[in-house]
Amino acid sequence: MNPDASTIAAGAPIEVDLSPVAEGQDIKVFWRGKPIYISHRTKKQIDEARAVNVASLPDPQSDEARVKSGHEQWLVVIGICTHLGCIPIAHEGNYDGFFCPCHGSQYDSSGRIRQGPAPANLPVPPYTFVSDTKIQIG
Amino acid sequence: MSGPSDFQPSNPALQWLERRLPILGLMHSSFVVYPTPRNLNYWWTFGAILSFMLGMQILTGVILAMHYTPHADLAFKSVELIVRDVNYGWLLRNMHACGASMFFFAVYVHMLRGLYYGSYKEPREVLWILGVIIYLLMMATGFMGYVLPWGQMSFWGATVITNLFSAIPYVGESIVTLLWGGYSVGNPTLNRFFSLHYLLPFLIAGVVVLHVWALHVAGQNNPDGVEPKTEKDTVPFTPHATIKDMFGVACFMLLYAWFIFYMPNYLGDADNYIPANPGVTPPHIVPEWYYLPFYAILRSIPNKLAGVIAMFSAIIILCFLPWLDAAKTKSSKYRPLAKQFFWIFVAVCILLGYLGAQPPEGIYVIAGRVLTVCYFAYFLIVLPLLSRIETPRPVPNSISDAVLAKTGSRSTPMVSTAIVLALAGSLFAGSIDSAKASEGSDKPPGNKWSFSGPFGKYDRGALQRGLKVYKEVCANCHGLSYVAFRNLAEPGGPGYSVAQAAAFASDYKVKDGPNDAGDMFERPGRPADYFPSPFPNEQAARAANGGAAPPDLSLITKARSYGRGFPWFIFDFFTQYQEQGPDYVAAVLQGFDDHVPEGVTIPEGSYYNKYFPGHAIKMPKPLSDGQVTYDDGSPTTVAQYAKDVTTFLMWTAEPHMEARKRLGFQVFVFLIIFAFLMYFTKKKVWADSH
Ligand code: FES
Repeated sequence: MNPDASTIAAGAPIEVDLSPVAEGQDIKVFWRGKPIYISHRTKKQIDEARAVNVASLPDPQSDEARVKSGHEQWLVVIGICTHLGCIPIAHEGNYDGFFCPCHGSQYDSSGRIRQGPAPANLPVPPYTFVSDTKIQIG
Repeated sequence: MSGPSDFQPSNPALQWLERRLPILGLMHSSFVVYPTPRNLNYWWTFGAILSFMLGMQILTGVILAMHYTPHADLAFKSVELIVRDVNYGWLLRNMHACGASMFFFAVYVHMLRGLYYGSYKEPREVLWILGVIIYLLMMATGFMGYVLPWGQMSFWGATVITNLFSAIPYVGESIVTLLWGGYSVGNPTLNRFFSLHYLLPFLIAGVVVLHVWALHVAGQNNPDGVEPKTEKDTVPFTPHATIKDMFGVACFMLLYAWFIFYMPNYLGDADNYIPANPGVTPPHIVPEWYYLPFYAILRSIPNKLAGVIAMFSAIIILCFLPWLDAAKTKSSKYRPLAKQFFWIFVAVCILLGYLGAQPPEGIYVIAGRVLTVCYFAYFLIVLPLLSRIETPRPVPNSISDAVLAKTGSRSTPMVSTAIVLALAGSLFAGSIDSAKASEGSDKPPGNKWSFSGPFGKYDRGALQRGLKVYKEVCANCHGLSYVAFRNLAEPGGPGYSVAQAAAFASDYKVKDGPNDAGDMFERPGRPADYFPSPFPNEQAARAANGGAAPPDLSLITKARSYGRGFPWFIFDFFTQYQEQGPDYVAAVLQGFDDHVPEGVTIPEGSYYNKYFPGHAIKMPKPLSDGQVTYDDGSPTTVAQYAKDVTTFLMWTAEPHMEARKRLGFQVFVFLIIFAFLMYFTKKKVWADSH
């Protein structure tokens, strides 16, 4: 009952062009049936994400480890709440990040869990920068 | 099922069969001469009611499966087509959907009855555990069935519930992938859930056979909790129990029919009339009411794994009940303390259910935690402790003694009820206050609708005018894709003739093809065509309307609602108030205001609407006075337009409502007569047993 071959094939990597996404905006693309949030973060959001004491977080991880160096403004996360799988809403909640409407989990501008029942940060999917304005997810 | 039978059929053919397969003897000994305690009360009829419901669900389910398409793109539509086009499809669907709720209602009564009268105690432990297994299977079946219509709640309910398994360390993720058959909930998930939803009821039926077998070996428990000793303590199953069960079933069917014919959507969620959309989570995910207490337990624990464990142990703990409660006296009738705690426990479960439906914030979370502790304390502390410290009242010597004593005195143990009511009342009062504070006062005003109430009918004039408003105004942006032109001529609709409907259809251009040359072409509409959508696809609709796609209106009056809140939802059950959707739609159409009140900011490209959640709506004010001409002299005002078009949209959502209510009335008359007949027959049969 594991995924069949066609499902797996449809899950091949995809390329996303980032040039139309302005600063402070984000887009949602689907990969393997999952929504992927690509946010073009503002300076403020990046600073906020880097200012927190990593050790104090429920799932400690530094912002540097969650983005690609040289492309700090881009945050790419799988938009599935690590609690029970709802899609968090971007630009909501108290941490300038994501807010999950289902049971109230809040994520910061680095997609890290800050408050609520979710146990872990929003996962970062495997991706690479093909060029400065294009990434390949998968 | 209780040992060899000496049953001898008189017919030689049956004798031949009996010698080779003693099935008639089995039936005879199990359901005819089987001795059943004389003092059983009506709570014992729920066993029969449950068998009836299981049969009903399987029967309606098998027929529904003949018309249903388990595919992510087609499932929602196929359910709508069942309701609209299949002969009595609306009846089958309502019977099946309400039937699930009724099934759970009956099983909860049945379980609480077992709890109260100690039916899980020696020698009925296995019987009880089999019951818990049936309950678990029912929960799985009910959950998968709820996924099949593939609405928003189906999809997101499935996402949330399957993700529960990801909490299991190490293997969790692979279990979830196995459930999904992909990387997320999708078509493979729907397919396997359909397959399992078809399979599990037959497993349930199998376990039910074991359950009945175990019952017939151990014998039935009874309200006094003393085992039958002599012939005098029992009566034969047929006719005594049979006729009593039939009366019970008839009464239960009255309740069932109330839902089927008059309130089919009372227990459902409006969001499930919106097709599943993997990109949008509904703001408030709620499971079906029968899972709510467990959902409340899950949410009250702020840790994922612990929450999941708590939720499952809340059910599994029932298996250990026979050993947690070691008291010798079975029935709570003779246990003064156990009785009080039982009712408190019932109140705790109901309150947990109420909390499960509320948003997880503020006082609700705290109350949820307190009640979760109470729930487990009942099993882990109260019951074991009570069996040590409680002094039960003396138990009668035998069942016949108990029956004789009953005719004498009647005690009124109302203390416990008072405690429960006070407790429930105070908690409810607290929660209402906070609910009121958070919601504000933008409830849509109620309207008088011609179609409300048990004899409601559509106002033909309003339907025709509403169609005109839709055609001239709404149709520019909104589709009506589940309605065909032929529907306009169907009974219970706007009352056009077939020729009028055909003429109406021919005004439209419909895309058809490909023709022999392989090209798509346009032709005039035919009665069998559906209303064409104004946009070729959702993306186009979104792009043309500033990012918010105008929703299809076929089901809009059922897909929109607003919270009625406690205590209204209880009154609604009796008044048959079902018009939240139309009230909301009519209110939104009239709720536009150029003057934005203070404290509300409306973003660029949106408009202020008093009744729209959040107040910022992307749709500009659609109606203005005098915009559509009426030839029947009705006032051409926004209020009238809103009312007419809402009536029309109620018809598009419930085209068979008039047939439903008409049949409902007939069924009620029949059931009431049937129940009376059963009652008097039962009186007669039992006349000399009391
Ligand atoms: S699914 Fe996001 S908080 Fe529960």
